[in-house]
Amino acid sequence: MSVKALNNYRTKRENRRPNRSSVFVRGTMHFVVFTFIVSLFIIFPMVSLFVLALGGDGESFMHILKNVLPRVGPTTIILLIEIGSLAAFAGFTSAWLVSFYDFPGRRFFSWALMLPMAVPTYLAAYGFVEFFSFTGPIQKLFRHLGGYTSIREYWFFDIRSTFGAAIVLSLVLYPYVYMAVRTVFHFQGARMVESARSTGAGRIKILFRILMPMARPAIVLGVTLALMETINDIGAMEHLGVETLTFSVFSLWLNQDDMAGAAQLSLFLLIIIFVLIKLERWARQNRRFHDNSADSLTSKYRKEVLTGWQALLASLFTAMPVLLGFGIPFSVMAGYAWDYLDEGFDPKLFEALLTSFGFASTAALITVILALVMAYSVRIARSPVVTLFVRLASVGYAIPGTIVALGIFLPLAMIDNYFDSLMRHGFGISTGLLITGSGATMIFAYVVRFMAMGEGSLENGMQKISPRVDMASRSLGKTSFQTLRLVLLPILKPVMATAFLLVFIDSLKELSATITLRPFGINTLSTYIYDFASRSRVEETGLASLMVMAAGIIPVILIMRTMLDRRD
Amino acid sequence: MAINLTETIMLEKPNSTERPIMSGHRTLKIFKSVFAVSGIAMTLIISSLSAKAADEVNIYSYRQAELIAPLLEKFTMQTGIRTNVLFLKKGLVDRVKAEGVNSPADLILTVDIGRLNSAKTSGVTRPVQSAIIAGNTPAEYRDPSGHWFGVTTRARVIFASKERVLQNKITYEELVDPKWKGRICTRSGQHSYNIGLFASMIVHHGEGHTEKWLRGVKANLARKPQGNDRAQAKAIFAGECDLGIGNTYYVGKMQTNEKKPEQKEWAASMKVLFPNVDGRGSHVNISGMAMAKHAPNADNARKLMEFLSSGAAQEIYAEVVFEYPVKPGTKTSDLVRRFGELISDKLSLQTIAENRKAASRLVDKVGYNDGPTS
Repeated sequence: MSVKALNNYRTKRENRRPNRSSVFVRGTMHFVVFTFIVSLFIIFPMVSLFVLALGGDGESFMHILKNVLPRVGPTTIILLIEIGSLAAFAGFTSAWLVSFYDFPGRRFFSWALMLPMAVPTYLAAYGFVEFFSFTGPIQKLFRHLGGYTSIREYWFFDIRSTFGAAIVLSLVLYPYVYMAVRTVFHFQGARMVESARSTGAGRIKILFRILMPMARPAIVLGVTLALMETINDIGAMEHLGVETLTFSVFSLWLNQDDMAGAAQLSLFLLIIIFVLIKLERWARQNRRFHDNSADSLTSKYRKEVLTGWQALLASLFTAMPVLLGFGIPFSVMAGYAWDYLDEGFDPKLFEALLTSFGFASTAALITVILALVMAYSVRIARSPVVTLFVRLASVGYAIPGTIVALGIFLPLAMIDNYFDSLMRHGFGISTGLLITGSGATMIFAYVVRFMAMGEGSLENGMQKISPRVDMASRSLGKTSFQTLRLVLLPILKPVMATAFLLVFIDSLKELSATITLRPFGINTLSTYIYDFASRSRVEETGLASLMVMAAGIIPVILIMRTMLDRRD
Repeated sequence: MAINLTETIMLEKPNSTERPIMSGHRTLKIFKSVFAVSGIAMTLIISSLSAKAADEVNIYSYRQAELIAPLLEKFTMQTGIRTNVLFLKKGLVDRVKAEGVNSPADLILTVDIGRLNSAKTSGVTRPVQSAIIAGNTPAEYRDPSGHWFGVTTRARVIFASKERVLQNKITYEELVDPKWKGRICTRSGQHSYNIGLFASMIVHHGEGHTEKWLRGVKANLARKPQGNDRAQAKAIFAGECDLGIGNTYYVGKMQTNEKKPEQKEWAASMKVLFPNVDGRGSHVNISGMAMAKHAPNADNARKLMEFLSSGAAQEIYAEVVFEYPVKPGTKTSDLVRRFGELISDKLSLQTIAENRKAASRLVDKVGYNDGPTS
């Protein structure tokens, strides 16, 4: 068997083509079966969406086709393109500067560039609107300088526009790109750049001919995550007055009592996402990175030291995303927290913090474990069917939280009630709502929504390990489970830690599904904020908002530390 | 062969630098403490879930918990019945429906006739026959079969700049007049408050005429529909627009906002115009309550409903949230009285609810939310 396996792994080109005769090596079946079951659970809310969509009549479909898509479709696509380009630009450029050059503040910015990730999109939207509004500091200064009194006397950039929304969202979403590109550069960039330099290639040439192509899959990965987050967002878009397809999903459902139409539109959105994911995978397929001698950038590589205006420019450029994406929302919320300081500390807030931590870390742990098994199944089974199921399981990230929540809640409550009536008739005991009455549905929702983070990270991480490692382990008589546990797991630890933290941050920020699913007496930080925000009293949530961001900062720092060498 | 393979493994460990990527024990320790904290948190959560008092009432509310807090406190003080509030947003009705016979919900509190009506049509409510509630609530503000009851009414009026709008009377119909071109601001056309208003236009003038009207309003907008009602007042203050559509109680909230005194300035820059006072009256919507079909504490829920319709509770509503109490003869707040007298459109709320879907589709059709330029 081991010889056969050896032959299979001989060349990379051959790796790509699954070889049926040797697909199911010992123990693979268990993983495949497990992956199927898990994927089915995760795909399940989407299946209920599909069932709902079938219930529609042709009439609402016509309304969508005639009155909704032609207006909202282009807006959504333009928004996605703008956010994708802005996030790619900011993320790539800053990762490039920080990885290969030395300039004042580089060490600080290399991790601070991740900070905006801790800001939920709805808080970012709120902060930006406040900051740039008529009564915000910028326009006040503007009026003071120009001697104006009314907004009609001058032109000012309107943040509540499609482009404004693109700026706000890309400023908090670019860290996905930054993180991915930075990792690639960190592990693979040094050698390439050094050899390129030795041939006398200039900076520009290295950037465009070597680094950009090398970072492309990472950029696409980061951009896909950013775009999925854009599509599932409703809070920020509502506040920014931008009508996306997601917005229409809600108006169909809530104002037109057209659940089927809403489900149909959601499915359409899912198709967009699926295409995006396909694109991303396609980009990744074309370049496989299990470099046999992946070498950390830091040990030998010496960064080029920038001086003078170049250093200033680099510092400014890397400072901008942090100052805007994190600084603005943070300062607005800190200002509020300060205003309301005399109201004292609400003990409920501490409770909410603990609850948030409990749910987010449980969800993150479960997600990472499931993701590990799924990614490993993809690796060893190399069957298109397994891969398809795992891909489908990642789509949840793009679905609005409320929709995921209903997709989970409706069928589970049915099961709860069925079980309850069974117990009542059989034993005269009422079990009530066992699943939906506990917080279990919240954790389920987080796992469904953030599996993309976990599975994506782990699959990416596994791809960097040459299949020859597995093969060696197998040839020494280890089963596939033992290979995973003894060989891959130790190598993957940092990747798993990163995945855990990513899911943790996202669960902490999650709002829509949490609101819909939470049982009595449960408040997380985000629902606490929402309670106030929905009364147009975001001012009073300054402290809670700061806590959400602060709770996100620690994982962000940990991510950078686990991902990169600390000396970097 | 075996030796070669082991060497390969050694080589292929990514980043085989001297230093492990994960800075070892420190990070692990942090993870461990995270888990310890979450463990404690989960225990707390579970124990808080199982602690249930016997004499209680469970409220599913679209209305923010704190808004109704003073009322619920008073209720608990009078009756000793504990209140649990779950604040939900989208999907409240869907959730109660899915929970079915095991739903813990006793009472549903919500704003907007659309939601009350959809609760009824989804079959999650039960009729309540109570002479007390019926006596307190005029017939036009409750469901004929007792499935829902209005608690307060809220008038949808015009905010007008004191400086730039001289007239003191206005009609909804007038908003399409070319003299308002580039001067009107509203929130999203799909917001339930606007949908209610547009639905009432459909009932009065028919769908075709309302479509024309909505196109006219859209053409007169100063900017893309955005923000909440308060944001429209702010836009008037900023000089961006001269008319806004909003609910009256927002004005009260702004006028009394001690924490953000700048909002007092916004409110001071505008006046409230009650539309159509010389005709059918201004469009009103309600906030209301309904008893859940499978309410486990139905008696308590009924007590709470009776309390909320009572004069004592209605006065609190008027004073704290600046809405119009439904109980005839209840004193409205002084501040609200200063806006002028409300003459409300007597259109049946049921009819308005039935036309919401058509209204929402018109908003899509004319592209209202795209703003004036398109």
